[in-house]
Amino acid sequence: MAPSYENLPLDDDEFDESQIDFTDLDDQYQVRLDEGLDAFVVVDGLPKVPEENISKLVKFILRKLNTVGRVKDDGVYMPLNEETGQTEGFAFVEYNAPSEAIQAVKQLHGTPLDKKHTMAVNKLTDIDRYGREGRIEEEYHPPQIEEFQQKDHLRSWLGDHDGRDQMVMFRGEKVGVFWNEKEDQPEPVVDRENWTESFVQWSPQGTYLTSIHAQGVQLWGSKNWSRQHRFAHPGVNLVDFSPNEQYLTTWSHRPLQVDENHPVPSLSIDEDGKNYIIWDVATGKPLRSFATLEAPSTTDADGNPVKKKMQWPTFKWSADDRYVARMNQGQSISVYELPRMNLLDKTTIKIEGVMDFEWAPANPKRDGIKTYEQLFCYWTPELGSNPAKVGLMTVPSKEVVRTRNLFNVSDAKLHWQSDAAYVCVKVDRHSKSKKSMATNLEIFRVKEKGVPVEVVDSIKDTVINFAWEPKGSRFVLITTSEPIAQTAVPPKTAVSFFAPEKLKGGAIGNFRHIRTVDKKNSNAIYWSPKGRFVVVATLQSQQSCDLDFWDLSFEKPKEDRDDKEKELAANLQLMATAEHYGVTDIEWDPTGRYVATVASAFRHQMENGYHLYDFKGTLLREEHIDRFKQLIWRPRPPTLLSKEEQAEIRKNLRNYSKIFDEQDLAKKNTANRQVVEARRQMLKEWLEWRESMIRMLEEEGAEIELNNGKVHRDHDGEVQEIEEIVEEIIEEHEEVIS
Amino acid sequence: MRPILLSGHERALTQVKYNPDGDLIFSVSKDHVVCAWFSHNGERFGTYHGHQGALWTVDVDPTSTLLATGGADNTMRLWEVNTGELLSTWDFPTAVKRVEFSPDGRQLLCVTEKRSGHLGTVVVFDINPDPKAQQSKEHTLRIVCEDSKATVAGFSYLAEFIIVCHEDGSISQYDAKTGEKLFNTQAHEEDMLITDLQWAPDRTYFITACKDKTSKIVAADSLEVLKTFVTDTPLNSAAITPVKDYVILGGGQAAMDVTTTSARQGKFEARFYHKIFQEEIGRVRGHFGPLNYVAVHPDGTGYCSGGEDGYVRVHHFDKPYFDFMYEVERERAQELSNL
Repeated sequence: MAPSYENLPLDDDEFDESQIDFTDLDDQYQVRLDEGLDAFVVVDGLPKVPEENISKLVKFILRKLNTVGRVKDDGVYMPLNEETGQTEGFAFVEYNAPSEAIQAVKQLHGTPLDKKHTMAVNKLTDIDRYGREGRIEEEYHPPQIEEFQQKDHLRSWLGDHDGRDQMVMFRGEKVGVFWNEKEDQPEPVVDRENWTESFVQWSPQGTYLTSIHAQGVQLWGSKNWSRQHRFAHPGVNLVDFSPNEQYLTTWSHRPLQVDENHPVPSLSIDEDGKNYIIWDVATGKPLRSFATLEAPSTTDADGNPVKKKMQWPTFKWSADDRYVARMNQGQSISVYELPRMNLLDKTTIKIEGVMDFEWAPANPKRDGIKTYEQLFCYWTPELGSNPAKVGLMTVPSKEVVRTRNLFNVSDAKLHWQSDAAYVCVKVDRHSKSKKSMATNLEIFRVKEKGVPVEVVDSIKDTVINFAWEPKGSRFVLITTSEPIAQTAVPPKTAVSFFAPEKLKGGAIGNFRHIRTVDKKNSNAIYWSPKGRFVVVATLQSQQSCDLDFWDLSFEKPKEDRDDKEKELAANLQLMATAEHYGVTDIEWDPTGRYVATVASAFRHQMENGYHLYDFKGTLLREEHIDRFKQLIWRPRPPTLLSKEEQAEIRKNLRNYSKIFDEQDLAKKNTANRQVVEARRQMLKEWLEWRESMIRMLEEEGAEIELNNGKVHRDHDGEVQEIEEIVEEIIEEHEEVIS
Repeated sequence: MRPILLSGHERALTQVKYNPDGDLIFSVSKDHVVCAWFSHNGERFGTYHGHQGALWTVDVDPTSTLLATGGADNTMRLWEVNTGELLSTWDFPTAVKRVEFSPDGRQLLCVTEKRSGHLGTVVVFDINPDPKAQQSKEHTLRIVCEDSKATVAGFSYLAEFIIVCHEDGSISQYDAKTGEKLFNTQAHEEDMLITDLQWAPDRTYFITACKDKTSKIVAADSLEVLKTFVTDTPLNSAAITPVKDYVILGGGQAAMDVTTTSARQGKFEARFYHKIFQEEIGRVRGHFGPLNYVAVHPDGTGYCSGGEDGYVRVHHFDKPYFDFMYEVERERAQELSNL
């Protein structure tokens, strides 16, 4: 029974408030009064000097103290020990404003004065607060080091006996991780309600599943899907990991509010007003925080301000997690060194007009360069009479290793190949009259001596999408003849395939056009993560939703082989086409065996769900799920097998596939047997139940008509059969016979 | 076989029924007219005029002599099937949502709507099977549903119980003689309207259709849920097929939401599930509005469906329908023939 007014316990009267110990709450929620001492700092660690040298010392330290603000006239007080006649080694300093005092603590604390002395700068109010008697115990207690606890292995999913891949599915309010079972219902690993508040995301190597909450970000992992880390960032919108999962960037469009009234765990007052936080994943501690840079306001041709789209990720990581960089558009690039997050060489790299930059996605291996380096590529537009430029810069030396001048540039996009062997700069060029557009591809061969640049300028139309083959040297692009306007029917597009020529000795020759397929609607390119296969699709279109599965290394029967095709390192073949109504996302599994296509409720409400294809484009499974939002394959870390071992496996693929086929067959048979067995059981139970019902009816005295099983209770025990013949006169007709 | 399209109604169909011999189909719609059709060719047998409002429900007695109808004009009416003569009218304070004869045709129940201060009720009358006789105006039993209004109801085997389905997704069992409530169970999701109840031929179990997108087979005596059929659309009707162990489910996007979504999302299909294995085995397209009712021929040779689009579609099953068997069913059929 729920408590009601009548039966409320009345014995509360004896309760004595004075007996409660509130000290813990007092400590926790103590309101700090404005003591007017906020402009004061205490400087400790100074040398002890006799009285006559005080002024000299004051002058000396003032030089340091005035670097962050203005110390008030006579604002330094150094107490004298009367017994020794020397100073105590500390001083009270008053600044003009509390903000200067805060800066002093931040910047000057720990600065060395000479070999023996290091300044310790603290706010006076802090000393008062933390140094008050009893707050700090007199005796030193060594901190308790918690016993080491064995944690579950974070990569246990890789040990799956059948080598299956996992995927996360977010539908309705539920988030679940499943094993891919091909055509069968995916096998659930874990399924939780309200696991995230907006979306889920895997870390780049699949170790963690990220969930987003109003209070911050949480990482989940290991076999029992326990929480691994928590990063408090109120109002977080987006998350980005470094490539090796060592660091994490969180972003919120709302500046952080951290002060005494709004405490946030693990964040300090330094983070107040910031939008970005970069975290160390291992410790869960923030490394550094940043505010959003105001993008320079630009205007379009009519003088209306252009709304800038935010670039995400704003902080871009080098391939080895050593550097993270942010561009200040039109001005500079700031490169920070991890793990200290200090600005490289303490200065930003000034690049006038810089529009975009991209790190090499793998450690670059330039010809003849033995020392460590990371590369990034950037471009600047035409400024006055200067041409537009594309540059490659090496870090940490910050040298520009290659530049190229370009003219009549409207826009450029930078596309690195996954091994950092090439970077393709897609340059949209306008004619002198600015009426027609064309696209050039400027391909930098990063691994070759002197970084030669090859230009593909045979494309007459605008390129709307471009993608390199992962780990390969072929690419696909989509062009359209008309500019994309806000029309109801999007213009037709053409899909073109390019491959390098084969040279003697396996060297890579010039890029050549293989084939163009036109009159398509396609707008998206999805390469298999292992290369060779590519899905060209039409996404987020009302009119069409086709998926084309291409193979670029199709093995033709020998007699069909064309001599001409031998020159190119490609042999194109359309394997299959499929349709998925309302498709919004396409996801290759990390092994390149399966493709999932998703119609996400984030975009529209029609036929939400997913399709699963194999790499050949055979539909394995389709499922419609209400409010289906996300399907993401769990990424895999890079393989641990050496090149030789991989080659060995590839050589013996036939032997392996035999074993796998047998396993698949066995599995299917047992599964079928189980299904049949379950059905047999269901049929048996049903028939037994029917049997019992018929018996029950018989006992009740009913007579069962066998023809269709209808039941009557025999009322008078006598059944009379009446035959009734109905004659209907349709027409009566009288005729006079003469 | 090509379905026969019965296009005699001007508005949405609300219920269609075969008579026990299966030669006639009775259909009622919101256009105030009751139609009777020959089931084998779709020719119209006749119409019954008199109702002043949308019709919700129709039922025919076991001998195909009497026809009961109920509608939004707050009346239940009894007609002579053969002549179309109005025999009797019962007035109620609210609309009549469902009528059903008892298995022997001597009792008639009706479900009345809850509205304007009147609770939903289930009322039972004694019926004299002779069309010339005067029908009693006094009810023999009146069940008032105080908790949640009744949506559909029916007599169980031997008219022992009255089974009542409710707006809140629960099912009640009443003693058909005393009107005492014996049992209530939350068979469907809470607060999901149960839209239909149809009986197996011997009335020991029945099938329900519900807005929670499932349909369930429930035992009449224990109200135990025996089978559940899960679909992806709100259901309006469900029927059990004799001869083959199938069920037919009909439904679709609610009529008021149809224009807001594309036609392919409406899901206006009749769905066939296997009654015992609960697996979907087929779909029949055709309607361009939600299916409001599906009825099966008493001999299991065909079915008809009435849609929001104003059409009745009469289907006759082809040979493959009867030939289809699951492997375990085939095993059993073989065993039986070997005996």
